[in-house]
Amino acid sequence: MKYIDEFNDPDLARRLLDEISATATRPWALMEVCGGQTHSIIRHGIDQLLPEQVELIHGPGCPVCVTPLEVIDKALEIAARPGVIFCSFGDMLRVPGTDRDLFRVKGEGGDVRVVYSPLDALELARRNPDREVVFFAIGFETTAPANAMAVHQARRLSLTNFSLLVSHVRVPPAIEAIMTAPACRVQGFLAAGHVCSVMGTAEYPELAERFRVPLVVTGFEPLDILEGIRRAVRQLERGEHRVENAYERAVRADGNPAAVRMIEEVFEVTDRNWRGIGLIPLSGWRLTEAFRAYDAEHRFDVTDIRTEEPAECRAGEVLQGLIKPTECAAFGTTCTPRTPLGATMVSSEGACAAYYLYRRMNGPTAQAGQAPREEMNPVA
Amino acid sequence: MCLAVPGKVVAIDDSADPLTGLIDFGGVQKQACLEYVPEVRVGEYVIVHVGFALQRLDEESALASLKLFEELGLLEEEFGDAWEQAAKEAGTA
Repeated sequence: MKYIDEFNDPDLARRLLDEISATATRPWALMEVCGGQTHSIIRHGIDQLLPEQVELIHGPGCPVCVTPLEVIDKALEIAARPGVIFCSFGDMLRVPGTDRDLFRVKGEGGDVRVVYSPLDALELARRNPDREVVFFAIGFETTAPANAMAVHQARRLSLTNFSLLVSHVRVPPAIEAIMTAPACRVQGFLAAGHVCSVMGTAEYPELAERFRVPLVVTGFEPLDILEGIRRAVRQLERGEHRVENAYERAVRADGNPAAVRMIEEVFEVTDRNWRGIGLIPLSGWRLTEAFRAYDAEHRFDVTDIRTEEPAECRAGEVLQGLIKPTECAAFGTTCTPRTPLGATMVSSEGACAAYYLYRRMNGPTAQAGQAPREEMNPVA
Repeated sequence: MCLAVPGKVVAIDDSADPLTGLIDFGGVQKQACLEYVPEVRVGEYVIVHVGFALQRLDEESALASLKLFEELGLLEEEFGDAWEQAAKEAGTA
């Protein structure tokens, strides 16, 4: 979709774009943190509708993409074991591990199930007391309350055959890592709306102040994204660096306190490896000591699995906004959604997949919105 | 994963632990956990992510989002068959 007429309110979209154009007097580089926003931006050709002065850099906010290769390998190892029912969100089925994916494990006889909610996995554990049910608990702050509730309920129900393979990540430490990287060009952020709908905005003023960047909490629909960009550019032009909420219909300053309490009861902050990026201090959550019995890594003794990532895949640079997907030599040649080298090409929220799907084969000036060469599952 | 879909609460099961409701997403109905929005009432709208309501939402915003999601085919993708999708992507379907 590249024509402004296809927006749900073309007049408003045009007014927002006109205002962005009128406001931007010099080049600005903004990062949208969330993969859902990246997909929406590419799908609707927002980056091509913007004035030349405003560049969007795609951030690392795709939970599927940043799940470390070694964790994928641990998932594959556990899922292939007899007696295990391995439950996952559908997004993870085709994320490549070292030599296969969950889809293939299923084809080879592993009992892999797709669930809509972690509580569905819990129900499977209740109904199958003679099987070990493992849920692949990935995601950002948006998903953590759901996964925390599942393990909390498991304890309440005294279910001993349920565990989580946890790979949770947090946005604020990632913003810090991006801003302290030597090659950083980011001057402002569109903060992920649904992360903030859970966590609120309390963690962001300190980041805005320390790095002197506007942080605008932004939604996922095209008009939401344009409004987030408009506010970020307005702040930059005025020399401001504040936290602003452009997604008030879904985000309160204090987020969802009940959800945050549940996260804090079940999880504790830990260092976490991000696929393609490496270790980001204090950027993840793991189960607290009180819930450690539900940790699948220990239960299945896979804590020692270590994996090297393929050198050809430049997903890490893409995830940090250092290169565009089309700058990777493997893009569209040895790396396609059918034969992905890294998760950014397989996940529907990955920047590489979005570029491929909407035929940005020749860089950002190519035509957006044409029919994809391969069917995928875009999620805005 | 990032998609959080607005839906209308059509029923609440007060006896369920955790608190559970039936949510209508533009015709598709699914159960969702309401434990994080315990004050929600039947007829109100919530944003649902992986089977959990995260925030209440006003009706106008919810309907506008649902209309757009439907036009873009996102609802079908969100609630569709992930295995079918994976097979298609893997080139085996």
